[in-house]
Amino acid sequence: MKRKIPLALCFIMGISMIVQFFIPHPASLEFSSVIYKWIIVLMAFALVLAIGNLIRHHGNKIHRRKEDWQYSIVTLAGMVAMATIGLAWGIDPDSLYQRIYLNVMAPLGGTMFALLAYYMASAAYRSFRARSLEATLLLLSAFIVMIGFMPFGQYLHPRFPAFAEWIMKVPNMASQRGILLGVAFGSIATALKIILGIERSWLGGKE
Amino acid sequence: MVLLLVLLCHCSPVLLSPCLSFSLFTASPSRIEAIDKPNDAGSTIQIFWTPSPIDSRVESYIVLRKAESDTLYQRIGSTIRGVSLFEDDEIEDGIVYTYIVAALIDGVQYSSQQSNAVSSGPQIFHTGRINILVALIIYTLLLAYFVYKARSGKNLYIRQIAGLTAVEEAVGRATEMGKPILYVPGLGDIDWTATIASMNILGEVSKKIALYDTKIIVPNTWSIVYTVSKEVVKESFVSEGRPEKFQEDYVRYVTEAQFGFAAAVNGIMIREKPATNFFVGKFWAESLIMAETGAQTGAFQIAGTDSVLQLPFFVTACDYTLMGEELYAASAYLSREPVLLGSLKAQDYGKLIALVILGGFTILAFLGINLLSLLRVQ
Repeated sequence: MKRKIPLALCFIMGISMIVQFFIPHPASLEFSSVIYKWIIVLMAFALVLAIGNLIRHHGNKIHRRKEDWQYSIVTLAGMVAMATIGLAWGIDPDSLYQRIYLNVMAPLGGTMFALLAYYMASAAYRSFRARSLEATLLLLSAFIVMIGFMPFGQYLHPRFPAFAEWIMKVPNMASQRGILLGVAFGSIATALKIILGIERSWLGGKE
Repeated sequence: MVLLLVLLCHCSPVLLSPCLSFSLFTASPSRIEAIDKPNDAGSTIQIFWTPSPIDSRVESYIVLRKAESDTLYQRIGSTIRGVSLFEDDEIEDGIVYTYIVAALIDGVQYSSQQSNAVSSGPQIFHTGRINILVALIIYTLLLAYFVYKARSGKNLYIRQIAGLTAVEEAVGRATEMGKPILYVPGLGDIDWTATIASMNILGEVSKKIALYDTKIIVPNTWSIVYTVSKEVVKESFVSEGRPEKFQEDYVRYVTEAQFGFAAAVNGIMIREKPATNFFVGKFWAESLIMAETGAQTGAFQIAGTDSVLQLPFFVTACDYTLMGEELYAASAYLSREPVLLGSLKAQDYGKLIALVILGGFTILAFLGINLLSLLRVQ
């Protein structure tokens, strides 16, 4: 019974949403709208559970003085402070909440994003070493594309930029489309398998 | 005389203004047609017209409407020149309307004939999506056929996927080293199919973890994904007969902030030094930040995503990468359940049919027969 009810619910809701996609009638749109409202309600419940988990995890860490437990205090304090400020003074564009978000959260996110340049350089160093035929081809094509998109490429040969663009638009695009085609069929197959109850890994496997 | 005026109007813009006052039919829009907008929820009528022959002089086209019970036409909107379609969405279903379109030239309105009478209503079936329905039916039939074949015991060949064969090794390595396994289910919410596929793989990986008695850490970015992944891990431990080994702390909620999440995962990798990292699901710019940190900590890494732009980063930084459809095949591959393996065959034949259609349509397009509109989705 523990398995049958989720499977039945999954089947009914999955088929309903597929049928809804083909019916433009207002009743169908209303059904879809109700389902999306349910999702929002579910998300609210899930968020309560998630925050409970966050508090429990960091609370335990502080309580047991695990490695770097001080950061857990910062996490919990930040969460409580932001929630309190947001609830007490609102989240209008000129509110304290927004100012903290724009002046603390956004720059911190930007800093993490900026690290990407460093990681790219380190990853490029590792992958561009010509250890095999594939790696050599990768190195060559990367070199051509990088030089081709720089003014220096035009200086080397007037057709260099066009060749670099060809690499991006033809072989690169063809392989991307091949992957995307597989992804599309994989997505549909996964959805159908779950709706029809063939795939049950999310319930802990078969029977 | 009229013919002469028309000729003059077409030939000389200078002579145009005097022409307009005489020659109404040359300036007015013609062939006004009003239809109930197809494939909608009702309350919309589309009005089409042939633009004025002197469209370049038109300031705007004014659309006027009259309901059956009204006596006069009322202006309901306008379009710029060159446009010959107007959608009236401020109407009631079931009421009959007629329309007139007037071309505004030098402050003078040159009205068309009235349109046919029309009323709007909702449609029951979206005819613009028949192609999807047909494809879905064919694909479902293929799936049913191969699942039936698999159930009847037919041996289906599935090529080896290195990244999935390495899962056993990855879990074994962590067990031997006495270190945890990190499983990142991506940054997509539960409505991303890649996240759902990731949950399926998490189920299979968790079973092995329960069997080997190893620790797992699953950080999550979305609350719903957190609750789902927690249930998946828990159920896997139960199905392996080791529910007591599951710990609440295995599955964690972190944050919805993209780079906040990346920072937290990096922190876990630096502090807890997992022996194996799985990055399976939907990823964006944070993919390389996490995968490179993992590579620098010396972890064995398996990634899987359908995000084409992130694949090169994972290929570079991870030991194995599941590319695109391999992500969706993983659950079947790992569980080796014949029914699931049968569904992979359906996937392959679906792709074959799609490639034949695309190839055929491309050849026909070269021959001047364009059937691509049959593939268009509304």
